[in-house]
Amino acid sequence: MTLTVTDLSITRGGIPVLEGLSFSLKAGKALILRGPNGIGKTTLLRTLAGLQPPLEGKIEGAEDRIAYASHSDGLKPTLTVTENLTFWASVFGTNGIQTALDTFDLNELADRHSGNLSAGQKRRLGLARMLVTGRPIWMLDEPTVSLDKNAVQMFADAVRAHLGQGGSALIATHIDLGLDGEVLDVGPNKARPKPIDDFDGGFL
Amino acid sequence: MIALLLRDLKLAFRAGGGFGLGLAFFLIVTVMIPFAVGPQSSLLSTIAPGVLWLGALLACLLSLDRLLALDWEDGSLDLLATAPLPLESVVTIKALAHWLTTGLPLVLAAPFFGVLLNLPVPGFFWLVISLLIGTPAMSVIGTFGAALTVGLKRGGLLLSLLVLPLYVPTLIFGAEVARRGATGMEVQTPLLMLAGITAATIALLPFASATVLRINLR
Repeated sequence: MTLTVTDLSITRGGIPVLEGLSFSLKAGKALILRGPNGIGKTTLLRTLAGLQPPLEGKIEGAEDRIAYASHSDGLKPTLTVTENLTFWASVFGTNGIQTALDTFDLNELADRHSGNLSAGQKRRLGLARMLVTGRPIWMLDEPTVSLDKNAVQMFADAVRAHLGQGGSALIATHIDLGLDGEVLDVGPNKARPKPIDDFDGGFL
Repeated sequence: MIALLLRDLKLAFRAGGGFGLGLAFFLIVTVMIPFAVGPQSSLLSTIAPGVLWLGALLACLLSLDRLLALDWEDGSLDLLATAPLPLESVVTIKALAHWLTTGLPLVLAAPFFGVLLNLPVPGFFWLVISLLIGTPAMSVIGTFGAALTVGLKRGGLLLSLLVLPLYVPTLIFGAEVARRGATGMEVQTPLLMLAGITAATIALLPFASATVLRINLR
């Protein structure tokens, strides 16, 4: 099922950041979200994930199908890598975390408390969470932060495998992951405040 | 839901989880009161039900600011909000975990602390019963306060100011049950009122908590 976004306008803290955004994300495809800092990429991902309502526009095909990875990984430092992943697997009603551990090379760290991991290892664990959700659409916000070259490759392979299984991914990133997909540049859609004259006219 | 409850209990019992904090505070209050008011056993007997209830209430309050704040800071709340679990269930489970790690230990420890304050013998049973019925309301109301203030820097003080007035009915009727029980009076009326408050908060507040949490997550 395709994720379709039509004429979407979103706000951050009450200020419009993007408007009139339309795109579709088909199964098996990735969409790379690009744009300068502060343009509203995170807000767009949060809106699509259902964390905030859009100002205007329609989002179709997103209900209970999105796995979201924000800047924070939601890891508990006093739980081990296995316990963190098992928790999210239980919450999403899936079982088996072994594939996630294998994909992100976390087997050796499985019994280590996540508070003792390096930033890159934590990020890998955060990304491994996407696999245990079992959701078809991945929304990833700057997923490669703190990752070294090998880990970036590991992540790109995981996304490729996910796309190969009919999943799709919307990724806000500034680096080239070599994925099969289009680039959505959100820069030109930045909302402009309406002229004051119009506002006065509407008010009167 | 069970996974979230087990995780929260595990986190509470592990290093830095805060389990025992409320209990330690309760112990400090009950140990210090006789030093402050003097060793007259008749005076201590009179004030014991109220002091024990107030101590339990403040001990409950102590751990509220961590209830949702930690999940907010590490991003878990965002991820839970996108999970198949309704937020109403999330806040209910959070309140249950808070009660199991804070309220229930206070209920179980209250008789021992009652001895320190020379609580009359008939009062022990009613103190435990009143706390057993009243503390769940404190956890549920506290979760509502935590949901209101989540995301605010140093929201702990505001949380206390918001939650304390909501605790007052529970405190009045809970302490009244314990006081009447200790003096051998009829406890039915305050007990029913206390139970009614608890039932109403458990029935209504999770919906309010989930709604304010949804707004705060935006």
